[in-house]
Amino acid sequence: MPITSIDGHQIHVDDEGFMTDPEEWSEPLAKSLAQQIGLELTDEHWAAIRFLRSDYREQGETATLRRISVVGGIPTKSLFALFPQKPAKKLAYVAGLPKPHGCV
Amino acid sequence: MKKLLVLGAGTAGTMAANKLRRRLDPRDWSITVVDQDDAHHYQPGYLFIPFGIYDRDDVVRSRHHFLADGIDLELGEIDRVEPEACVVRLLDGRTLHYDQLVIATGTTPRPDQTPGMLGPEWRRSIFDFYTLEGAEALAKALPGLDHGRLVVHITEMPIKCPVAPLEFTFLADAWLRERGLREQVELVFVTPLDGAFTQPVAAEYLGSMLEERHIVVEPDFMVERVDAENRTLVSYDEREVPFDLLVTVPLNMGADYIARSGLGDELNYVPVDKHTLLSTAYSNVFALGDASDIPASKAGSVAHFACEVFVENFLQHVNGLAMTGSFDGHANCFVESGDERALLIDFNYDTEPLPGRYPLPVVGPLSLLKETHANHLGKLAFRHVYWNVLLPGRPIPLPAHMSMAGKHVPVKKE
Repeated sequence: MPITSIDGHQIHVDDEGFMTDPEEWSEPLAKSLAQQIGLELTDEHWAAIRFLRSDYREQGETATLRRISVVGGIPTKSLFALFPQKPAKKLAYVAGLPKPHGCV
Repeated sequence: MKKLLVLGAGTAGTMAANKLRRRLDPRDWSITVVDQDDAHHYQPGYLFIPFGIYDRDDVVRSRHHFLADGIDLELGEIDRVEPEACVVRLLDGRTLHYDQLVIATGTTPRPDQTPGMLGPEWRRSIFDFYTLEGAEALAKALPGLDHGRLVVHITEMPIKCPVAPLEFTFLADAWLRERGLREQVELVFVTPLDGAFTQPVAAEYLGSMLEERHIVVEPDFMVERVDAENRTLVSYDEREVPFDLLVTVPLNMGADYIARSGLGDELNYVPVDKHTLLSTAYSNVFALGDASDIPASKAGSVAHFACEVFVENFLQHVNGLAMTGSFDGHANCFVESGDERALLIDFNYDTEPLPGRYPLPVVGPLSLLKETHANHLGKLAFRHVYWNVLLPGRPIPLPAHMSMAGKHVPVKKE
């Protein structure tokens, strides 16, 4: 498992750069991760990140866009505006969670 | 007398009931299966209907014909499960008590969940092929397609038989070529995934098959609505894909009674332990086949392999023993690629589909992740295996757990 350093944070990541240990995540680190993919975090971004983190704690899996909209109450349309093009992946990346399962 | 109640007489429910009837003493256990009708559909056969290869008679049989003696089939629509009271209520007022419940009511395409999908263009220029009626309507419409854009579209994952949209696309390509129409028809594959398939090795292989056939892929496309008037798919990030003929795979959802019973997740799938298939909420409720939330393909092969593990586990569970079987998410699927050839893929929770050989008793090894005529014959022969061996719950000489024998493991690039 590669280890990388972002803004002085040492983190374990997978081949695509997703964090593999949710315990290594912190809010300052999220800001750095967001910058890596060209995002400036607003309160709306944080609401989505906090839902994803708390849902992961309960479910042990990264929520899908549908789950974020049905259970978390954040419409898919907003997620595409906040995390353009690939909201599920970008959100998981910034929230320090595994890449969501592309269901097979 | 204890009562086992199975909801759904599809692939998983029929197999489970038949296998358990042989193993549970009829003096101790009754088995009742509930379904809303008496028509069992061989769903993998829908794929061939639009191209005139199969018709209705090839894919429909009566459900009760496949249920062993000593199993009661109750026809009726399920209103709700009351898991605290161990009761299932039907809409006609009947009440069924159970000691153990198996939920096997599958997953269903829901075109009503995407704005604009159902409407004046439904089954005129917008079709599905995951229902018998949809596949038959498409069989009538396809011959009228001689130019324009044929768009094959997946609304959202998970869907049952996740390779079927690719198979449909390959078959449509071959069908158009045979008729000399391929130059006049643009073929587009629209998917919410970032490529042809989810698993890297297979995605690359299947992706190159699309490329060779000049099929345009529109990835990362999450549909927000269908603009039926302008025959256009519109995504959440406002991309537009116009079509002349749309073949869509609507959102798939578990049955609505599961939501009414408080037993489902956001798509009405029943959360279970992915290795034992026992509900995470109730210790006398299992979910088998497409109805559960396990992270495996929603496919008949998965239901079959899972069922083998489930039966042994169930017998231990009702005897107060710990369940020792562990399902590994094994799936095994033929992928039609047109011109009477097909691929075979074999994978599980941890191992993606890989190239190599798949050992098969009697018939001999089949090639994995490679187009061959033998695989196509295997796919066609499977319909007979399904009706005559699989559903009756007779043993099939295929191990339930995936094996690495014959598989080529890619060397990891550093």
